Amino acid sequence: MQIRDIENTNLGLEVENVTKIYNIKKGNVLALDNVSLHVHPNEFLSLLGTSGCGKSTLLRIICGLEKTTEGRIVNQGKVITGPGADRGMVFQAYNLFPWMTISENIQFGLKQKKASSKEAREIAEHYTNLVGLNGFETQYPNSLSGGMRQRVAIARALANDPSVLLLDEPFGALDMQTRGVMQELLLNIWQKSPKTIIMVTHDVDEAIFLADRVAIMSARPGKIKEILDVKKGLPRPRNYHVKTSQEFIKYKERATDIIREESMKLLNSV
Amino acid sequence: MGSLIDAFTPKGKMKSTYVVVIAAIAFAIILLLWSAFTLTGAVDQFFLPPPTDVIKTAISLFTQGDFIKDIGITVFRVMAGFIIAAAVALPLGLMIGTYAPMSAFLEYVVSFVRYLPASAFIPLFILWIGIDEPEKIAVIILGSFPQLILMIATNVRNVPMSMIEVSYTLGTSKADVLWKVILPKALPDIMDTFRTVLGWAWTYVIVAELVGASSGIGFMIIQSQRMMNTANIFVGILSIGFIGMIIDVLFKLCHKKFFFWNN
Repeated sequence: MQIRDIENTNLGLEVENVTKIYNIKKGNVLALDNVSLHVHPNEFLSLLGTSGCGKSTLLRIICGLEKTTEGRIVNQGKVITGPGADRGMVFQAYNLFPWMTISENIQFGLKQKKASSKEAREIAEHYTNLVGLNGFETQYPNSLSGGMRQRVAIARALANDPSVLLLDEPFGALDMQTRGVMQELLLNIWQKSPKTIIMVTHDVDEAIFLADRVAIMSARPGKIKEILDVKKGLPRPRNYHVKTSQEFIKYKERATDIIREESMKLLNSV
Repeated sequence: MGSLIDAFTPKGKMKSTYVVVIAAIAFAIILLLWSAFTLTGAVDQFFLPPPTDVIKTAISLFTQGDFIKDIGITVFRVMAGFIIAAAVALPLGLMIGTYAPMSAFLEYVVSFVRYLPASAFIPLFILWIGIDEPEKIAVIILGSFPQLILMIATNVRNVPMSMIEVSYTLGTSKADVLWKVILPKALPDIMDTFRTVLGWAWTYVIVAELVGASSGIGFMIIQSQRMMNTANIFVGILSIGFIGMIIDVLFKLCHKKFFFWNN
């Protein structure tokens, strides 16, 4: 019994035969078709796919914000029935609480857990430093740039110490330069203190640069088409030079080929 | 002067000194036209007294007689009715905007009541509760309560779903999200709703005071009509305008002070 329990905590996150059907006026739409996926503890997994392939839906299901039609999500041996503090989420639209200071935003999850205000302050301070926002603690979100807001959103999610961090196109609204800076920031945070991360993106470079494995989804209905084990060819620790390496370009070519093929399918089916 | 020309681009901004000057010019034009029509004799002074007469009347009304008391009692009625209506409408509007069953239960009923003319209820209210303060306050409540509920429900619905979702992922329960996320996020909009509906409450109080009252600005106006004293009527109407303007400015100051984070 004891051994089983220990095993369970090491199980990571399991997507088990997840099917999602949306009922709309015109009939049923099959968004996800029997998707199964295992995410190892402390693994960084990117979900890549054409727009509308259901990658965000899958992430929302893992988060518990949407229910499956069939199948289930198991996180560390526990079946997911709804959203919870064990799975942090960062959205493309930062969704900071505008009436709270940066520090209060980062402390929000800790306050929900009834952490003492001293503890909450200390943890918030740690994550404020980690995302490089010291000096901005008492500012309000409306005075920050998009990149800074997203850093607060990441710090807010991490401060809560979730077992899984879910990122839904987190840098999609940022300009190219800021996006690059944010990718490196995330990479450094993850390399310093690894955590299970699932990131949805449609940016091939971003997916490969950050992830251990890149799961590429087919066009509608969403399925896992292929998983690229990029950590084999791109060992850690990485830095931005990785992006111009031969291995990186090989993975990029493969990923781009699959996505292009899927996009063409979608185009021809209309 | 260059910045004033720039301000004429669509949605252009302007220095606050220019705002004051231009606003003052608008008032001056009204005063000028008013003087032109009346002092030249183009309009009979009985129907439209000249500004000079109105100012003289205002001075005498404010320095002697019961007009200050009338203003006081009217303000009391508006505030009493409005505060009662707002205190009940706030929790109900929050519930309707947040929970679909509450919306189904109340929203159609309230939409129906909203179209019942509050002023038409005055005779009924006089029969039911007499002509004292509770009757005036009841008219204001009936006039403002349904509007408040529906507008607050809309304010609440405008809280982005993703902000509620992110609070779930940070461990907020479904019960707590109402006052930890929805209320604080909607509060600036709710304050705007209060400002708008308080303006409407002023029209209801005057209507209530025109019928079966023995004090208040509306009572003063109807008394002055009986005595053919049009200057008095003007002072009454303009006083309401000024009070409304002051309340508006106070609301705006509150907004700047408490909701500076909202833009």
